[in-house]
Amino acid sequence: MVPAVRLRDAVSLAGRFPLLAGVTLDVAEGEVVHLRGPNGAGKSSLLRLCAGLAAITSGTAVVLGHDLRADRQSLRREVGLLGHASFLYDDLSVERNVVFAVRAAHADVAGVDDALDRLGLVGRLRTTLVGSLSAGQRRRTALAVVVARAARLWLLDEPHAGLDGEGRTLVDDLVRDASRRGTTVLLASHELDRAAGLADRTVTVVGGRVVDGEQPVGRPGPGTSGVVGARPGGLDTADADEVGCDVA
Amino acid sequence: MWRDALLVAGKDLRIEARSKVALGQVVPFALVVVLLFGLALGPAVGRGSVLSQAAPGLFWVAVLLAAVLAVQRSFAIEALDGASDGLRLSGLDPAGIFVGKAAAVAGQLLALEVVLAGAVALLYDRHLAGGLLLAASCVAATAGLVAVGTIYGVVSSGARQRETLLPLLFFPMVAPILLAATKSWDAALAGTPGRGIAWLDVLAVFAVAYLAMGTVAFGPLLEDA
Amino acid sequence: MSLTTTPTTRATAAAGAGRTGADRPGNGAPGARAAKVEGRRGRRRSDVALTAVGVCALVGVLVTVWLGLWVTPPDRFMGNLVRLLYIHPSIAWVMYICYGVAFLSSLAYLWPRTRSLRFDKLAGASSEVGVVFTGLTLVTGSIWGRPTWGTWWTWDPLLTTTALLFVLYLGYLAVRRIPGEPEVCAKRSAIAAIVAFVDVPICYFSVLWWKSLHQPPSIADPVTGKTYIHGSMAWTLLLSFVSFTLVYVWLVARRYRLFVLAEREGDEGLALALAERRAESREAQA
Repeated sequence: MVPAVRLRDAVSLAGRFPLLAGVTLDVAEGEVVHLRGPNGAGKSSLLRLCAGLAAITSGTAVVLGHDLRADRQSLRREVGLLGHASFLYDDLSVERNVVFAVRAAHADVAGVDDALDRLGLVGRLRTTLVGSLSAGQRRRTALAVVVARAARLWLLDEPHAGLDGEGRTLVDDLVRDASRRGTTVLLASHELDRAAGLADRTVTVVGGRVVDGEQPVGRPGPGTSGVVGARPGGLDTADADEVGCDVA
Repeated sequence: MWRDALLVAGKDLRIEARSKVALGQVVPFALVVVLLFGLALGPAVGRGSVLSQAAPGLFWVAVLLAAVLAVQRSFAIEALDGASDGLRLSGLDPAGIFVGKAAAVAGQLLALEVVLAGAVALLYDRHLAGGLLLAASCVAATAGLVAVGTIYGVVSSGARQRETLLPLLFFPMVAPILLAATKSWDAALAGTPGRGIAWLDVLAVFAVAYLAMGTVAFGPLLEDA
Repeated sequence: MSLTTTPTTRATAAAGAGRTGADRPGNGAPGARAAKVEGRRGRRRSDVALTAVGVCALVGVLVTVWLGLWVTPPDRFMGNLVRLLYIHPSIAWVMYICYGVAFLSSLAYLWPRTRSLRFDKLAGASSEVGVVFTGLTLVTGSIWGRPTWGTWWTWDPLLTTTALLFVLYLGYLAVRRIPGEPEVCAKRSAIAAIVAFVDVPICYFSVLWWKSLHQPPSIADPVTGKTYIHGSMAWTLLLSFVSFTLVYVWLVARRYRLFVLAEREGDEGLALALAERRAESREAQA
C-alpha cells in the first residue's frame, strides 16, 4: 500500500534554524497518528511540512503521492490544516469563510451546511463576522473548514486547545468519523491520554526528529546520503536504530 | 485560473464592503492630498492658474499615493490571524490570486478616481473635457498600477518592514504611468485628444507587460513570501 | 512554467552541511579533503589575480587623473571642463555594465538549467556597485552640466532615467535584504531585478516623448564633445574606460567574495544548529 505520508530524513529550515532536523516517518492511508513531544520539538513544523507550506531542504517527502521537492502546490487542495492560526478572514462571516475555503480547494460547496451543523455553528452564528467570534468559536470554524474541504489528509495542531468539553468530544468524533472514511489524520497534541485513545499509533518528536514510534526506521535511501550534520557518516541514523526505546 | 481569480476578487470586494477601509480611509486620504496640493499651490484658481494647469499631474499623484494604501490593505487582509500562509494553504492557483487581487484593487481605484476627478474639477476649477480619453487612460493606468502594486505587494509581504518597503519599490516603478497618464489627461483636458493617444499606448504597453509578468511571477513570489 | 519549480540546486545538500565541491569546507572524507586543498590552491591563484586587477585599476585611475589634469590640453570650446570627459562617460559605462551583468545573472538564476546561487551573488555584487556608480554618474554629470548647460539638472531622458534607475535599484537592494533562506531570497531578488529592469526602457522612452512632444531639447548633448577628441585626449579617454572597468571587476570580485564568506558563515552556523537540534533528540532517546 502506498503510504499517505512518507518522509525520509526530511530537513526543513526557517532561515538558518532547522525546524526539522531529519524526520523519517511513514503514515499509512487511513491511519491516525498522534504526534507528541515538548514545546519547540517540531510537531507544528512537521504538520506544516505535510501541508506543503514549509519547504523541504533535504531528504525526501512524499505526501498523498505528491513529491514535495518538486511541487508543493497541488497537494494543498487535498489537505486540511488546523494550525495555531485559524486562516480565517476576520471581515467575512463564518459561512462565507468556509465557502471561500471550500471553493478555493475546488471541493463541493454542498458539504458546507453539514460541516457547519456538525461543528455547532448554526443560526445567527453563521452570519457573524469571524472577527467577533470567541476563540473557541473561531476554532470550530477553522475545524469546519477542514471538514468541509473533504481533505484526504487532516493535519490537526492541538485540535482540543481552546474548546469546551463538548467541543473536545466533538473533535474526537470527527477524527473517528474521518478515519472510518479512510482519511489519514496526523494530530499533534499535549493531551496525551485523549489523543492516544484516538490514535492508532503515537510518535514522539524531539529536536526536530522522530525518535520512536513503531515504524520502519528508514535506512538512508538514495536521496538521503550526505545530509547528516557536520559530522561524517550516518551517525545519527545509527543512533536511532540502536536506541529504539520509548520516552518515559 | 479565471475561476480562482473571480473567487479571490469577490472575496476581497466582499471584505471591502464589510470593512469599508477603502471607502472610509483611502478615499478620504486621497481627498486630503488634493486639498493639500490646493494649499501648497493655491489660492488662485481658474484658467492659467498653477492649480488648474497642474490639475492632471496632481490628480495622478494623489491616485498613486492612494494606490499604495490600497495595495497595502489588499495584502494586510491576507495576514490572517498573523499567519501569512492562508493564501498558499487555500490551494488557489497563484496566477488566479494575482489577477483576482489586482482586479479587486483596480475596482476600488477606479471608483476612487471617479470621486477624485470630481474633486479636482471642483477644487482646481478645471473643466473635465474629453471624457472618453480620460476614462480610457484611467483604465489603462489603473491596470498598470495594480499589476506593479500586486507584484510588489507580495514581494514586500515577506519583509518585516513592509510598510516602508512597498512605497520605495512602487513609486519609481510607476513613474512612466504618472508621466503618461498625466500627459494623456493634459491632452484630453486641453481639447486635443489626438496627442493623448500615444500616451494611452504607453499606458497600455506598461499594463500588458506587467500584468503578464505578474501572472507568471506571482506563484514563485507567493511561495517565498 | 520554469519559475514555479522549487529551487533544486542544492538538492543533495542539507543546506551546506554535506555539500561536495571545492569551495565547501567541513567534509571529512579524504576526497573532499583533497578537493579542499585544491580549492585552497585555486583560491590563492585567484587572490593573486584579483590583487593584480586591483593594482592595475589603481594605477590606471592614477594615470588617467594625471593625463586628464596635466597632460591633455583644454578643449577649444569647453576649456578645462573637458577634463570631466575622462571620468563621467567611463563611470556611466561602468554603470551600464553593472546593470547589464545584474540583469543577465538574474536571468541565469531563474533559468532552471543555469540556476546557481553564484549568479545571485554576482547579481547582488554587481547591482551594489551599480548603485554607487549611478550616484557617481549623477554627481559628475551634474557638475559637468552646471557650467555647460547652465543648470545642475535638466529633465533630459538620459538624466531622468538614470535618476529613476538609482531609486529603482535602491529598492532592489532593499528587496535583497529581506531575510529568508538563500534560495528563496535569490529567486525573489532575481524576479525583482527583472521586473525593475523592464521598467528602464519604458521610462526612457516615456521621458523621451515627454520632452520631444513639449519642449524640444534646447541644450547641446554633452556627447557632441567627442567630435573634438583627438590625440592625447582619445588615449586618456580610452585608458579611463579600461581602468574604470578594472575598478568594476575588482569591486565586484571583492563584494562577491564577501558574499561567499557570509554564506559560509551561515552554512557553518546551520550545521551547528542542526547538530544541536539532533543532540536534543538523542538526549531524549537516551
